[in-house]
Amino acid sequence: MHELSLCENIVASIEEAALKEHFNAVVVVHLGIGKLSCVEPEALRFCFDTAIQGTIAESTQLVIEIFPGLAQCNHCGANLEIENYYDACSHCESFDLKILGGEQMQIESLEVM
Amino acid sequence: MCTVCGCEDKHGHPDSVAGNGALAVDKSVSRTLTLEKNILEKNNVYASQNRSFCYSKQILSLNFVSSPGAGKTSLLVDTINSLKSDFSINVIEGDQHTSNDADKIRATGASAVQINTGKGCHLEAHSVGHAIKDLQPAQQSLLFIENVGNLVCPAEFDLGELAKVLILSVTEGEDKPLKYPHMFRAASLLIINKIDLLPYVDFDMAQCVRFARQVNPSIDVICLSVKTREGVLPWFEWMTTQQTKMNREPD
Ligand SMILES: Nc1nc2c(ncn2[C@@H]2O[C@H](COP(=O)(O)OP(=O)(O)OP(=O)(O)O)[C@@H](O)[C@H]2O)c(=O)[nH]1
Ligand SMILES: [Mg+2]
Ligand SMILES: [Zn+2]
Ligand SMILES: [Zn+2]
Repeated sequence: MHELSLCENIVASIEEAALKEHFNAVVVVHLGIGKLSCVEPEALRFCFDTAIQGTIAESTQLVIEIFPGLAQCNHCGANLEIENYYDACSHCESFDLKILGGEQMQIESLEVM
Repeated sequence: MCTVCGCEDKHGHPDSVAGNGALAVDKSVSRTLTLEKNILEKNNVYASQNRSFCYSKQILSLNFVSSPGAGKTSLLVDTINSLKSDFSINVIEGDQHTSNDADKIRATGASAVQINTGKGCHLEAHSVGHAIKDLQPAQQSLLFIENVGNLVCPAEFDLGELAKVLILSVTEGEDKPLKYPHMFRAASLLIINKIDLLPYVDFDMAQCVRFARQVNPSIDVICLSVKTREGVLPWFEWMTTQQTKMNREPD
């Protein structure tokens, strides 16, 4: 459900860009999704097909690039890649991590005509 | 025209641009437009409007999230009854259906607006902005937003609140922080409610707090029972601290 709402937001952003940039069709939408964001790429794909019906983005191809979760341990200073917020530092087991990346849910670019 | 968003009172904005399925697609003439824009940017823009409005009037706005039945409305009713002689209090109630919760709030004398999300499982900043406009909250008042009972999506939708308050009741199990990490990550305060029921359930309080801090090292934790009122004082003190912080360091 929440993925459908995200897709409606994506379509709204595309429609807004269409008014500003004067394009008639969108060939590809590029998204950047961080591993730590709460977006499930497969659910997003599923909802996207429904959300684009009857809009300027109809029959657009969806390309999703996944970014890893990056963190620095506040305890031992190590830089790590994590899968979840509850992961521990792989060096010292501390849970006190500073998140450095992988939380994004972005529309990176559009290929339009 | 609607002054929250300029949307001529029809809320499916922006105006739909008609789809053009008939257009022949020739990839050789396509161009790339860089957007680099958060997927929820539209929501976030409305959220910032709500936030700056609240800051400008020094209104303490809190977004209450929990699974269904953890005690959001009960805590709000108790809080309003305890504080209504000192503060003007407004409440925005989000539920898929019914105005039951708004009715309970109005019975305390506080003003409330009910937003029915229908099939939607979370509140969004745009409708909250309209509700704020309807309520016209006063300078230095309290604004409580009760989100739809759901530990998933409300984590992702900023409403413009100063902080999210997550209520977990002891009947739900101590493992919830690990099962719903995004919500525990997004919250500033965890209220563990219904501690009057601790003798009857196997709820490991210390473990629950450990799990919560594993997901969110800086989360505050208060354990209380709305029913017996044990532990409610630290909750009121927590709100006072937030008000002081807000007035010291504006956005
Ligand atoms: N024993 C006990 N019951 C409580 C306590 N707080 C709330 N309840 C009961 O829990 C039930 C649900 O409380 P609500 O306040 O309606 O919960 P809610 O989170 O607002 O529920 P929704 O809005 O439907 O998601 C009610 O029957 C309350 O009386 C408590 O501290 N102890
Ligand atoms: Mg309720
Ligand atoms: Zn470490
Ligand atoms: Zn939702």
